[in-house]
Amino acid sequence: MVRISTFKKGGVHPKDKKELSHSQAIEILPTPSELVIPLSQHLGAPAKPLKEKGESVTAGEKIGEASSFISADIHSPVNGTILEIRKVMLANSIKTDAFVIEVDPDSPFATYDEQPYDSLSSKEMLDLVKEMGIVGTGGATFPTHVKLAVPKGASVESLVINGVECEPYLTADHRLMLEETTNVLKGIMFVAKITEAKNIIIGVENNKADAIEALNQKIRELTLPITVVPLKVKYPQGDEKQLLKATINREVPSGKLPLDVGAVVVNVGTAFAIYEAIALRKPLIDRIVTISGEAVSEPKNVRVPIGSKVSDLVEYAGGFKVQPDRIVSGGPMMGFAFYDQSTPVTKGFSGVLALVDEKSNKATKTPCISCGKCVAVCPMGLQPTRLYRLIENRKYEEAMKLNLMDCKECGSCSYVCPAHLPLVHGMKLGKRLGRK
Amino acid sequence: MEDPMVIVSSSPHLHDRASTASMMWDVSIALAPAALWGVYVFGVRALVILLISIASSVGVEFLLNRLSKESTLADGSAFLTGLLIGMNLPADSSIAVPIIASAFAMFVVKWTFGGLGANWINPALAARVFVFFSFTNLMNTYRLPKTLIGVDSVTSATMLTEMNMAMSDGAVTGLTSTGILEAVQYPFTQFASSLSSWFQSVLRINVSPYTIDAFFGNMSGCIGEVSAFLLLVGVIYLFARKIITWHIPISFLATFSLLAWVFGGVRNGLGLFEGDFVLQLFSGGMMLGAFFMATDMVTSPTTYKGMIIFGIGGGFLVFLLRYFGSLPESVSLAIIVMNIFVPTIDRYILPKRFGEVTKTRKESKGVEA
Repeated sequence: MVRISTFKKGGVHPKDKKELSHSQAIEILPTPSELVIPLSQHLGAPAKPLKEKGESVTAGEKIGEASSFISADIHSPVNGTILEIRKVMLANSIKTDAFVIEVDPDSPFATYDEQPYDSLSSKEMLDLVKEMGIVGTGGATFPTHVKLAVPKGASVESLVINGVECEPYLTADHRLMLEETTNVLKGIMFVAKITEAKNIIIGVENNKADAIEALNQKIRELTLPITVVPLKVKYPQGDEKQLLKATINREVPSGKLPLDVGAVVVNVGTAFAIYEAIALRKPLIDRIVTISGEAVSEPKNVRVPIGSKVSDLVEYAGGFKVQPDRIVSGGPMMGFAFYDQSTPVTKGFSGVLALVDEKSNKATKTPCISCGKCVAVCPMGLQPTRLYRLIENRKYEEAMKLNLMDCKECGSCSYVCPAHLPLVHGMKLGKRLGRK
Repeated sequence: MEDPMVIVSSSPHLHDRASTASMMWDVSIALAPAALWGVYVFGVRALVILLISIASSVGVEFLLNRLSKESTLADGSAFLTGLLIGMNLPADSSIAVPIIASAFAMFVVKWTFGGLGANWINPALAARVFVFFSFTNLMNTYRLPKTLIGVDSVTSATMLTEMNMAMSDGAVTGLTSTGILEAVQYPFTQFASSLSSWFQSVLRINVSPYTIDAFFGNMSGCIGEVSAFLLLVGVIYLFARKIITWHIPISFLATFSLLAWVFGGVRNGLGLFEGDFVLQLFSGGMMLGAFFMATDMVTSPTTYKGMIIFGIGGGFLVFLLRYFGSLPESVSLAIIVMNIFVPTIDRYILPKRFGEVTKTRKESKGVEA
């Protein structure tokens, strides 16, 4: 009997809209003529550029180097020439330097074949993860080699693989689990070896029954010590704290990391990238992106080189059938709205959505009627309406005392607010100003 | 490449579609069956009172909108307040009463405190209490519903008042509520009496016909409060639309019931655990109060824990006021008193945070997970 669990506190149920793209097999984006590769695609310090304008680069070559402990290497996905290094703005409004690479149209890519990996020690595996520039592909883009380097004295009871993909519209991880099942599982086993994890669990929401089925079948076939835990659909289950509550029933204390409850959480997309890094010695130079939303002609899941522009993706999906009201990178609950279609795909870029607003998205704000809905849905047990009021009145310290920093900006409160208050926006502002 | 047509705003980019206005209209819809019953059993006069109070609430809000240069009529809150005021008045109130009550609710209670969301007591309740204590004579005539006696416009005191009067006479000592009502020959319907005997013979449960009449709305009282049954129909709608949660009404009613059951018989010479709480639950403004007044979002706590405290406090006060107070309006007063505590409750009763685990508990649990 399989227990279908979920996290307990709060959460919302937006329509998942995954039917737009979930049956679209992963396609390969036609090679763009130009790539824009930002030096800051990860949490932490931007990479240091190793190339200059006019130099030629080869596919897989390291062109940016981690500049501090929390940072990551950047590689060129293609053979080509660096046209310039220029400032670009990413979808999340971060400004960073980026290589603009003219792609060699005759032989753009390198090929990667599986190489022996059985003899690699876990130290060598971890080094490969670092060398290949792997970061969390779920959106947070935390450098993976830092996360997997378990400090002395700590031990990993549970390795929890995040196959939840709780954001509406997104289906990239879903397709990956279906189409690259074996390789995802291999990646997971690499992570298990590196972290010496005792239990391995994959959490998948049960709106992806075919993926659960595929994983289970392969796990049986390969006799791997992995358990797939089907989860009841609820947002934000893909957050690592909620996922750990749902899968292993542990609560990560406020301000602590999963490792504090003996757990490491890795996204399925990241596990796949780790597989490629270790088995193929291939850097993180491409990723799977969902192109979806009501305004897109043909929603798709596409494998694209890092640095492809959003306009390339939109064009490949047949362009817009109607004028979108907003273009969003990532999911609609936590993703970033941006206006410039020359924005490049980065390592944490899980989707581009062209959304048509419903009337309620455009409603203007009205006074708070203290209905308490935001309090009821907050998965962290905060009081969004009270924090919002404090932040409006610039009482950041008081907001901090009410644990503003626990807010993960999941968007559940704004999603339900009948007064249409920009609660999450307030939290973001409060955190920024309150930290000083 | 820049698209001037797209919106760039903070996440999330989705919304569940509910708005303050949709919630207010939902509450009005939920109240409609009970209000229509009131019109049916108390006659056209009831409809006149309802319409006047709605019109004057909306009218006063409109005038205040002109003053403060805003437009809030569409949010449905003025309509809802008007409807609630009307439902909380007897059909035989003077025409002046709903007008005065609406003006007081919209102007004094709501507007002067800053409008929607800023008032600290429920405007409709405050208005009811204000007119009751100021113009008692203009609104203290109740008529029996026509379903109870076949014709309308026969006046009678409410069940609760009848009981209180009989008890202060001392003639009914040792009787239960049902016994008292029998003693004063309070009328009941044929329907209730046959249903009562059916309960007796088939299910072997003793249900007084007065309880049945009170449940279905065959009793005298304010226009909208008499039919517990139709109010509960509305409540099911509110639950389905997720407008209210169980926390306030259930803790409110459960606390009252428990106290009324344990101590309710004592005042009339019965022992402990002999209170007839079921009849009490369906009489007076209990249902309307617990489900529609106490749950007013603006004037109730925001956390579940706070809501339960609020409900328990309200239930306790209703018990005190109804059994030991010397005036009616126990439900209204209880809720208003609890309204005063809401800011304090919201300040100190925090929801349990995620990851708020005490050291000792964590250690004793170990890592068995």
